[in-house]
Amino acid sequence: MLANYFPVLLFIAIGTAIGVGALIGSRVINTLLGNQRPDPEKLSPYECGFEAFEDARMKFDVRYYLVAILFILFDLEIAFLFPWAVVLQEIGWEGFAAMFVFLGILVIGFVYEWKKGALEWE
Amino acid sequence: MNHNIILALPEVTLLILIGGIMMVDLFSAPEKRADRLMGLAVITLLIVGAAVYNPFVEARFAFNGMFVVDGMAAVLKVAMAACLLIGLLYSRDHLEKRGLFTGEYVMLMLFALLGMMVMVSANNFVTLYLGLEIQALSVYALVALQRDSARASEAAMKYFILGALASGLLLYGISMVYGATGSLDIEQVAKSVGFSQGNTALLAFGLVFVVAGLAFKLGVVPFHMWVPDVYHGAATPTTMLLSTAPKIAAFAFIVRILGDGLAGMAGDWQLMLVFLAVLSLAIGNIVAIAQTNLKRMLAYSTISHMGFLVLGILAGTNNGYSSSMFYVVTYALTALASFGMILLLSREGFEAENLEDFKGLNQRSPWHAFLMLIVMFSLAGIPPTVGFFAKLSVLQAALEAGWVWLVVFAVLMSVIGAFYYLRVVKLMYMDAPVDTAPIGGNAVAGSLLTVNTFALLLLGLLPSGLLELCRRAIAASF
Repeated sequence: MLANYFPVLLFIAIGTAIGVGALIGSRVINTLLGNQRPDPEKLSPYECGFEAFEDARMKFDVRYYLVAILFILFDLEIAFLFPWAVVLQEIGWEGFAAMFVFLGILVIGFVYEWKKGALEWE
Repeated sequence: MNHNIILALPEVTLLILIGGIMMVDLFSAPEKRADRLMGLAVITLLIVGAAVYNPFVEARFAFNGMFVVDGMAAVLKVAMAACLLIGLLYSRDHLEKRGLFTGEYVMLMLFALLGMMVMVSANNFVTLYLGLEIQALSVYALVALQRDSARASEAAMKYFILGALASGLLLYGISMVYGATGSLDIEQVAKSVGFSQGNTALLAFGLVFVVAGLAFKLGVVPFHMWVPDVYHGAATPTTMLLSTAPKIAAFAFIVRILGDGLAGMAGDWQLMLVFLAVLSLAIGNIVAIAQTNLKRMLAYSTISHMGFLVLGILAGTNNGYSSSMFYVVTYALTALASFGMILLLSREGFEAENLEDFKGLNQRSPWHAFLMLIVMFSLAGIPPTVGFFAKLSVLQAALEAGWVWLVVFAVLMSVIGAFYYLRVVKLMYMDAPVDTAPIGGNAVAGSLLTVNTFALLLLGLLPSGLLELCRRAIAASF
């Protein structure tokens, strides 16, 4: 039974070896070949847009959430449309109609958010 | 493929009309918007009520058994649409004076109705959950709509977090039921539970979580923490909405899951419901005595009424279900009248939500005091109001099922409960008024409130029509 998991163990071992190897290797090559001109910005961990260490209770612009919600909606729409397009031959007119009902509902939502000004950044 | 989409006609119509209302809201001039929204919302509710299928036929299935239209679903859908309609007529002035009568309010209300209609017609755990979430998300947003009020925001936050937790518990329970029975279809689950196939330990474990989730949604002790805060914090029209139609939907939800799907485990869930009923009756009635805010008092009163509702369901018989159905429908009607009165006595910048605002109401307006008297009698369960017959039929059903001590306990608790309802009557008739402003209010809302209150009296004198309707609806469904 446990023998079945041997490939997984092997995979973990190799993965760890490559990961650690790459880390150590790049560090070694860096110290040997690179120019070292550190400054605080370079040494701080990379975070997209935010300070890495500060109070977590800061004010978020509510528009982040708005964009996130709108993104999810249309992202999902695409996620539905691709498989639908692939099997359209088999599901026929019924599938076609079902998708257009779904798109119709989304269009109403889209018109609503547009007219309400949810897409205007300033 | 067996879609039978025609059976979902009320839901489909509602969805299309909501889409239409959204567009009208967008493209109307601001000064015409409120009237148009009101008109369209009323028309929508009337159409949806009319589109509901005839209740007295066999259960019919749509979408490959995901969706069922039967007597219970049809009657409850009409009841919910009526609740929303009456509530909307009561609350328009109140909302408009506070700048809350917006397209969002109307749409969220109708979306909540859509969710509740899906809930009462669901024949699959996934459909049930889908309906529940449509309803819950709309209602969270409705509570939060008054976003400048710190109390409303706090209430919305509490409601959202506890509601999300409850949904999680419910889903966890449903996943275990699925694990034990291998199906999400309510009939299939009922079959495999009935033949005691599958893992009973897992099933019992799932049942605990399902009951906890349902209890949260219904707001019974010990899962009642959100009820007083949300009732108090939300704008009164939203509180009214919360305490009427969602309770009806929650009733259907519980009967479908416990009475239908998990009927084979009645022995297990009855004991859990006994626990919930006893605690709700005790805590609801006793804590309500200490309240000085009428909305908070009515919140605790709801908890105790939900205890009665659970009492009928735990009888586990058709008679019990139909009594509970009668109870929840008449409770919704009574709650509409009580919140309608708060709305009518409120005016711009003033909420008549404290008990002392009702002091000496008889001197200010004998007619309003009389109406409130009937409402309070009905909530307390004093004949000849409908509250008495609702309690009587539930107690009878529980008695027939053999729960004698529970019935005695419920009667004792409703005697305690009568105290705080009668206190309102005492304040209205025997105290001097604190607030002396004239009672205004919209004529439509005022006359509707009179009709609503007299309906409580009429149903109390002639309860057999509605009782028979509930009985036939349940008999056609199970």
